[in-house]
Amino acid sequence: MAGPGDIDALKTELLSAVEAAADEAALEALRVEALGKKGQISLMMRSLGQMSPEERQTMGPALNGLKDTIGEAIAAKKAALEDAALDARLATERADVTLPIRPEPRGKLHPVTQVMEELAVIFSDMGFTVAEGPDVEDDFHNFTALNFPEGHPARDTHDTFFMKPREDGSQMVLRTHTSPVQIRTMMTQKPPIRIIAPGRVYRCDWDQTHTPMFHQVEGLVIDKGAHMGHLKGILMDFLAAFFETDTVEAQFRPHHFPFTEPSAEMDVKYSRAGDAVKIGEGDSWMEILGCGMVHPNVIRSCGLDPDEYQGFAWGMGVDRLAMLKYGAPDLRDYFANDTRWLAHYGFSPLLQANLATGLS
Amino acid sequence: MKFTLSWLKAHLETEASIDDIVEAMTMAGLEVEHVDNPAEALSAFTVAHVISAEKHPDADKLKVCTVETFEGTKQIVCGAPNAHAGMKAVYAPLGTYIPGADFALDRKPRKIRGIESHGMLCSAKELNAGEDHDGIIDLKGDWAIGAPAAEALGANDPVIDFEVTPNRPDWLGVDGIARDLAAAGLGKVITPAPKQIRGAFPCPIEIRLEWPEACPVFAGRYIRGVKNGPSPDWLKRRLEAIGLRPINILADITNFVSYDRCRPLHVYDAGKIGQTIVARRGKGDDQVWNDHSTRERVATANQTIDILEAGGDPARVLIEKSGRSKSELLEEAWAVFDGLDAFRALDGKTYWANPEQCVIADDRHILGFGGVMGGEESGVTDGTVNVFLECAWFDPEITRATGRATGIESDARYRFERGVDTGSIETGIDLATQLIVELCGGEVSEIRMAGEAPSAPEPIEFPVSEVKRLTGLDLPGGIVTKILMDLGFGVAGSGDTLHVEVPTFRRDCSMKADLVEEIARIHGYNRIEAVSLPKLPGRREPTATEGQNRARHARRALAVRGYHEAVTWSFCHRDQAALFGGHGKGLELANPISSDLDVMRPTALIHLLTALQENADKGIEDPRLFEAGPVYLTDKPDGQRMAVSGVRYCAAGRHWAGTREADLFDAKADAIAALEAAGAPVESLQAAAEARNWWHPGRSGVLRLGPKNVLAEFGELHPRVLKALGVEGRVIGFEILLDGIPSPKKKAETKARPALDRAGLTPVKRDFAFLVDSAVAADTLVRAAKGADKAMITDVSVFDVYAGKGVPEGQVSLAIEAVIQPREKTLTDKEIDSVAAKIVASVEKATGAILRG
Repeated sequence: MAGPGDIDALKTELLSAVEAAADEAALEALRVEALGKKGQISLMMRSLGQMSPEERQTMGPALNGLKDTIGEAIAAKKAALEDAALDARLATERADVTLPIRPEPRGKLHPVTQVMEELAVIFSDMGFTVAEGPDVEDDFHNFTALNFPEGHPARDTHDTFFMKPREDGSQMVLRTHTSPVQIRTMMTQKPPIRIIAPGRVYRCDWDQTHTPMFHQVEGLVIDKGAHMGHLKGILMDFLAAFFETDTVEAQFRPHHFPFTEPSAEMDVKYSRAGDAVKIGEGDSWMEILGCGMVHPNVIRSCGLDPDEYQGFAWGMGVDRLAMLKYGAPDLRDYFANDTRWLAHYGFSPLLQANLATGLS
Repeated sequence: MKFTLSWLKAHLETEASIDDIVEAMTMAGLEVEHVDNPAEALSAFTVAHVISAEKHPDADKLKVCTVETFEGTKQIVCGAPNAHAGMKAVYAPLGTYIPGADFALDRKPRKIRGIESHGMLCSAKELNAGEDHDGIIDLKGDWAIGAPAAEALGANDPVIDFEVTPNRPDWLGVDGIARDLAAAGLGKVITPAPKQIRGAFPCPIEIRLEWPEACPVFAGRYIRGVKNGPSPDWLKRRLEAIGLRPINILADITNFVSYDRCRPLHVYDAGKIGQTIVARRGKGDDQVWNDHSTRERVATANQTIDILEAGGDPARVLIEKSGRSKSELLEEAWAVFDGLDAFRALDGKTYWANPEQCVIADDRHILGFGGVMGGEESGVTDGTVNVFLECAWFDPEITRATGRATGIESDARYRFERGVDTGSIETGIDLATQLIVELCGGEVSEIRMAGEAPSAPEPIEFPVSEVKRLTGLDLPGGIVTKILMDLGFGVAGSGDTLHVEVPTFRRDCSMKADLVEEIARIHGYNRIEAVSLPKLPGRREPTATEGQNRARHARRALAVRGYHEAVTWSFCHRDQAALFGGHGKGLELANPISSDLDVMRPTALIHLLTALQENADKGIEDPRLFEAGPVYLTDKPDGQRMAVSGVRYCAAGRHWAGTREADLFDAKADAIAALEAAGAPVESLQAAAEARNWWHPGRSGVLRLGPKNVLAEFGELHPRVLKALGVEGRVIGFEILLDGIPSPKKKAETKARPALDRAGLTPVKRDFAFLVDSAVAADTLVRAAKGADKAMITDVSVFDVYAGKGVPEGQVSLAIEAVIQPREKTLTDKEIDSVAAKIVASVEKATGAILRG
């Protein structure tokens, strides 16, 4: 019959065996030998039944203690062995982290579309929707309805691209400005109207500062009571927002456009900053857009009464705005599609111009 | 339009500086483009006194001068023969830029034949102050040492060049500029009224107006006994300053009046014209004129006239050879022109006149295009003695049509096509007469007036409140009236509505808004207060349209996938378009900027592909480009579509971890990604090998919704198309038409999503391998499998495609995995087997495939 002394001896023996186990297999064999059905501790537990109550009083807890101690020791040893095995495996799993990743090409969005989105955001805040019209226009929308009478010298200033005559002799044109969208809008919508119309326009001219295709944005407000003071206000608000400056100093000069009366050109004070400009400082004037009160003939040709409705319109170059704000100096690059230029002057697709996180 | 400050001051009494004048012009709408102040170019040059001029010891033609300058006594070596002691010359210090010679003097004194020269004494030509280069300037008058040369040379008259908008022909006369500047508060108009000279005899020349629409009024006057020749200096200087070449007094007077009063005139040599002057339609026939033989006859006639008029040996030879007299030959040559209703104009070219063009003719010859250009033959020369002066009015549109058809650019055309003052006939003829008599002498006939000037413009009833309505400016009636009257308008009444008479030189003003512009412009646009636009009431819908949002999202999806956004020309070459089905009807440009860009593009792929090659040519690895832009199918507004197109090479690249060559499935993935971003229901997209013939016949396809609605094409571009475009290598791409994407159904009441159906039971996956004819599309098989039990089968995917050993020729082994989703309870093996059997049966029925054993 084993006594407490035997338990202590066994404990010492088993603990040192656990400690000495070299791997998980040895440890498992040891567990079976000690705690298995026929293991030493199990056999000793079984003998408790034959003991007197007094002996059992002592031996029971002692044996249970032994069982727990050895069980815990084996579990701890098992975790230690697993850790060691994992460490050993990981020690072999070694990569040169300085090697390059697989290429993940990223594209950029074109500065012109970025600026168009900025325009949409700024004017959307002032209640403007973005309107569109076709590039291939008829004479009525591009000229006649805009108060360019047939044979008027103002038509000459437009370097118009014509399509070959149709069978009926009429000739379509490539729109020379975004202003035809004014006509299309006024003929289909009821005032109050607030739109901007960005898009492609075409003039038969190609040199350092002109390309046969470029981009304009048109603005149009038709309402009762919209006057030139509002025109000035809206454009100054726009320029401040677009060029992200608090100080826009502008002057409006009288000019002539057939489709506005009175007409004006807007100049802003600026200074050069590399290829871009700083609006709101400096002492040179730069012409930035043409504008005016919509001509009564235009309002009338869209079926509205110019004594009841009035409003104003403006037009400016989108490419030029991009050049001024973002500083890509040569207009021709905008249409050359050199991916190095696009990567450099383009914009991340994750950027969405908006008033909460900024325009760019 | 150019004019000089001194010219302006002949019409405007003002103390304003040139800067103030430029500012006032700009703010009144006369947009100054350039001010050329000759004094600026001469600022380094000053008056110097030559103390002595001795012969150079080592050069016969050089002199060594001692010169008193503003910076002390200088020794200057000079080659001018007229250099002499006591003269007042123009001195250029070392380092000065010499404008007329376009070089700068050395900064250090140079030795000329051994003697140092400390500066230069200048000729008129070297200062751009004249043609004289024979000697240095010898200033007359008492000029102090150091006085500015510009002043001494009278070269201190700034030239202002400004843009004349097409609505303001009156600004093409200096008097009109003065009127606006006076109204803007810069001074007082002092334009002199011309003297009226009484005619001493009746005008011997009759005038007949046969086409009153083109030429409604024509005043003529005969002046006999004039003496023509070079103009006086003041007149020459005035014309030269604005870039006109002085010719002779009579011609210079017409040019002067044209710029001084925007009143074009014409002077004929009365000895070379007939007794009756007619303004009529041309009688020439375009078809006859364009005939080759006509051109030859005209060329011969021109040659004969040139030779005979030049005289000398060639003329003698010609006369001898013909056996006829000079006058006979000339007569015959001119008859060629007369027969064609053609003439030789002052620009030396020969023109013919068709019935759409207005000519001035005598009983035999055409003398010129009315209001455009006169004829060479009837023009005045130094020998002219008697002249006939024309002061007429020509219709702007007819003048313009003639100008365009003939390509003649002239000061007269420029003015008449914009609209010359209809009230300027008398002033014009009086001023011209006055100048001719003053400068050429002669005896003046009475004025012969034919026809009648067009009636005065309609008056405008002008409510003063219009100013405030359109500009926000609240101006008292008194200011409104003053501005209008200063500008030459007649104003009656002083109440709420003014009766405004429009002067004949302001036909651009025909309605209230025109007057508002005049008032605001002169009062000053800068005095209009900027007011922010009030917000529209209520909530606003998002302002972008569905189409705009589609493009916006598709563009971002593609950029994220590595494509740079391009913007390419809307036009292309017809041969390029032909590779892609050809350009649409009515989309050929009549006047392309270059023959490479002569039709509207049917696809954006053309320029993307050529741009891809250009990038590759620059050594850029694996460029990828897309464009979201228009393509043009017809010339109607709905013939323009929004396309999103992209291209990239089938590039593998190189990478240490291994690479894969891009193939059509990359293009398909890109197209689907863009479509998904644009809001297309990509779950419902069907692929089919039906791409058009610019795609690779075996490696391309379409993505469509139903059989008709093709949303995209994708795949490898056809090698022949690439070759024709000069693109090397294999290229994949896609083109999506966004307009075909169906709009979401009528906006939902709420943006809340339906409850999530998250099946609680674990799905079962089963694999099947089928042997199927290789012509069967995998998609057909997958759809058949899916359709076997729509309630249970939630997904079917292809995980292996194999042909080769073990698979019969002409067949392919397609392995699919089907996901079976139990709904209410876990499925028994029997139930699962039953779904599997349905799949096999459905696939077999649809495709003839056999389950592999």
